[in-house]
Amino acid sequence: MEFDTVMMSRLLTGMTLAFHIIFATIGVGVPLMIAIAEFIGIRKNDPHYLMMARRWARGFVITVAIGVVTGTAIGLQLSLVWPNFMQLAGNVIALPLFMEVFAFFFEAIFLGIYLYTWDRFKSPYTHWALNIPVVLGAGMSAVFITTVNGFMNQPEGFAMENGQFAAVSPIAAMLNTATPTKVFHVLSSAYLTAAALLAAITAFAILKNRGKASDYHKKALKVLMSLVLVFGVLTALAGDLSAKFLADHQPEKLAAAEWHFESEKNADLVLFGWLDGEEPQGAIRIPGALSFLAFGDFNAEVTGLEEFPEEELPPLWVHYMFDLMVTIGGALIVIPLVYLVISRVKKWNEHNKGLLWLIAASGPMAFLAIEFGWFYAEVGRQPWILRGYMTVEEAATNSPYIGLMFFLFLALYIVLGTLCVITLRKLFRNNPAELELEKHYPHLKKEDDQ
Amino acid sequence: MSYEIIGISVLWIFLYGYLIVASVDFGAGFYAWYAKASKKDHIINQLISRYLSPVWEITNVFFVFFFVGIVGFFPDTAYYYGSALLVPGSIALVLLAIRGSFYAFENYGSKQSNVYMFLYGATGLLIPASLAVALTLSEGGFVIEEGNSVSLQYLELFTSPLSWSIVALALVSVLFISATFLTFYASRANDRPALKLVRSYALFWSTPTIIAALTAFIFLSQHNERHFENMMDLWWMLGLSVAFFMAAMWFLHSEKYYGLAFIFVMLQFFFAFFAYGIGHYPYILDPYITIQDGSTHESMGLALVIAFIGGLVLLIPSLILVFKLFLFDADYVKGKK
Ligand code: HDD
Ligand code: HEM
Ligand code: HEM
Repeated sequence: MEFDTVMMSRLLTGMTLAFHIIFATIGVGVPLMIAIAEFIGIRKNDPHYLMMARRWARGFVITVAIGVVTGTAIGLQLSLVWPNFMQLAGNVIALPLFMEVFAFFFEAIFLGIYLYTWDRFKSPYTHWALNIPVVLGAGMSAVFITTVNGFMNQPEGFAMENGQFAAVSPIAAMLNTATPTKVFHVLSSAYLTAAALLAAITAFAILKNRGKASDYHKKALKVLMSLVLVFGVLTALAGDLSAKFLADHQPEKLAAAEWHFESEKNADLVLFGWLDGEEPQGAIRIPGALSFLAFGDFNAEVTGLEEFPEEELPPLWVHYMFDLMVTIGGALIVIPLVYLVISRVKKWNEHNKGLLWLIAASGPMAFLAIEFGWFYAEVGRQPWILRGYMTVEEAATNSPYIGLMFFLFLALYIVLGTLCVITLRKLFRNNPAELELEKHYPHLKKEDDQ
Repeated sequence: MSYEIIGISVLWIFLYGYLIVASVDFGAGFYAWYAKASKKDHIINQLISRYLSPVWEITNVFFVFFFVGIVGFFPDTAYYYGSALLVPGSIALVLLAIRGSFYAFENYGSKQSNVYMFLYGATGLLIPASLAVALTLSEGGFVIEEGNSVSLQYLELFTSPLSWSIVALALVSVLFISATFLTFYASRANDRPALKLVRSYALFWSTPTIIAALTAFIFLSQHNERHFENMMDLWWMLGLSVAFFMAAMWFLHSEKYYGLAFIFVMLQFFFAFFAYGIGHYPYILDPYITIQDGSTHESMGLALVIAFIGGLVLLIPSLILVFKLFLFDADYVKGKK
């Protein structure tokens, strides 16, 4: 590996996005969770759920701030680090980027209103409704940016004339073949991750309370685990559709993830293991499963890596990224299932230590799956920045200062990440939910812990 | 009107919008810190935080809007400015990041911290200074294209009187605009002691603003004669700008019509900013990018204009709602809600 300007540009962009996506995912997912909790709270007139909405919103503002500043960074870096790419592709992707800004605007305005108007309206539904534009705005910004990423994978909506784009159709570029599955998977995984994160925090709070769950925590855990299950299933479904999309349109990416060298029918799914030349060793093989994943048919033919020129192949380590994502995807369906089954059976205690620890782990696991998924999708696109049209090398800046900038931003993200954790801990450590409930709703009679 | 003219007009209007809201925000951050350092924070900081808390994210979006929009309408700007601005742009980004997030840590977190406060105040001045560099570059002579590479002439930039005068103008304008806004806000809140303090800031920074503007103008005439001549042709706009400034000063001195005073300051900057912008025409980056040659495909230009109109239909009612709830709701401003 050579650390030239191209490499440093890739590292800088990869690092910024890997950091931004943590907060962006929270930004997309958590408003929906807040909306659900507040809605149940108003419906059932149950202060516990209202308190969830309040506490989640309070933590949320801190993460939003980091989402906004890192998003601003990546937005400007697209031009600073990839000037050639933006000069060319800007002609085609400007529309979704521009609309994304309006989505942010919309989200920012209503978030400001929502946070500062908790008790200002007569009907509680008015305040609840102010969150809807936040949910929609964040969701739409994810949709728009994902169409841009789809375009980088499947450039469509233009004709090429002597090195320049001509006959540009912005809408066709946005609605490229990669967009539908990508948008579905990105949205469902963001909601899944937000639910898993909040569930993990709840489980952790119960564990810290020596396994004693208050009513507040019991209720929170139950809603959140149901949501994890729903969005877990949707995410797996969307992931399956994404794999089918790849098989049809970007077979080299799927083949690289599967270490699938020769085109063949009834192809096996290869999980983990390591490579000896072109032979996967020590891997778990599921006969025919790759054909099924790719085409929904155990006998379909899956294109292998042999059919592509060597210099156009992505690195093969993306195999692990893919496998880890899928494994976590499976776990995030099994864990809520187990929880829900146990909680149905009277004799069993769903708040037992082992299960709580599993739930507490599912939050970080979901974030890891997001990172693995993006690394798979982005590294799997190499060497292209615009698949088939422009390579990463042609796109990067040739400024000699790029290495320095990498370390500048690395330092920034370390500081931001650390302070974010410290601030959030301070915010909640001396202010447990029970205490706040008593303060806010003094009439609520003290309920017995179990 | 062709779509590239619509495009640049929209962008210039938004940049003007950012100039105003960001100045209020940056200046307020500086005053909040300054008041703390001079032990006057009990007088104004409550007022400042009541205004800033709900709006800082909105301010940031103005900035994002501008740079996404300019790259969208004029993709060549990504190439030239993007290549040239890697270092100053990254520094501005780091400052913006520190400011935005530390604001959140300080305000939504549970503990006040002097370090955050200081960084928040200091970045409030450093950011406008670093963003002003982009305006200086557009005058030409600092960004050079040789073969396939575009570079920034740092030595020339740092030794140019023009670039320093623009930085100085940016700094004093921020402090002046912000102080007049806070004067208006304090008068709405009926907060006498705060009013007295911020009004004195506004009066103090008025003279340096005019001096800095004149200095920048003179250095511009030496650096880019074409631009200067074009601006002289727009003498009536510059005249209006000065007239609004005088009227605003009159109101501030005679302690009345603070709302109108702020609007006049906005108009003062509006006319100066647009005389500057129109005089710049047709260049976006002298001599490499003009509005005509640098613009995007027609279909994209049209799509962007339509998206923009759609966006405004969504945004204007929402912004009115914010203003009603936070700026013009007397009880909120006074701190009763
Ligand atoms: C919680 C997060 C999460 C989970 C549990 C999964 N994924 Fe995923 N996956 C993502 C989060 C993600 C992502 C971060 O959202 C990606 C990255 C790029 C993208 O479009 O979505 C992604 C990409 C991605 C791609 C590449 C799409 C492309 O490059 O166009 C495929 C084929 C899958 N996923 C398949 C799956 C399968 C079969 C899963 C089985 C359960 C799965 N994912 C679980
Ligand atoms: C948010 C989650 C994302 C993560 C974690 C991520 C991660 C990465 C990584 C690791 C790289 C470096 C790849 C390599 O050099 O091998 C990269 C490159 C890049 N990504 Fe992404 N990416 C994300 C989303 C996006 C989106 C939504 C876009 C565009 C709209 C995008 C645009 C780019 C560009 C322009 C590059 C540089 C060119 C390249 O190396 O392919 N990324 N990203
Ligand atoms: C190249 C890729 C990306 C770019 C250029 C980008 C750009 C931005 C910008 C400029 C902001 C700040 C907006 C503001 O001022 O409010 C932002 C924030 C945000 N981004 Fe990204 N983004 C990228 C990737 C993503 C992805 C992949 C997602 C979602 C899956 C996403 C979701 C969000 C959300 C929800 C916010 C709002 C902040 C929050 O609520 O946390 N972004 N992004």
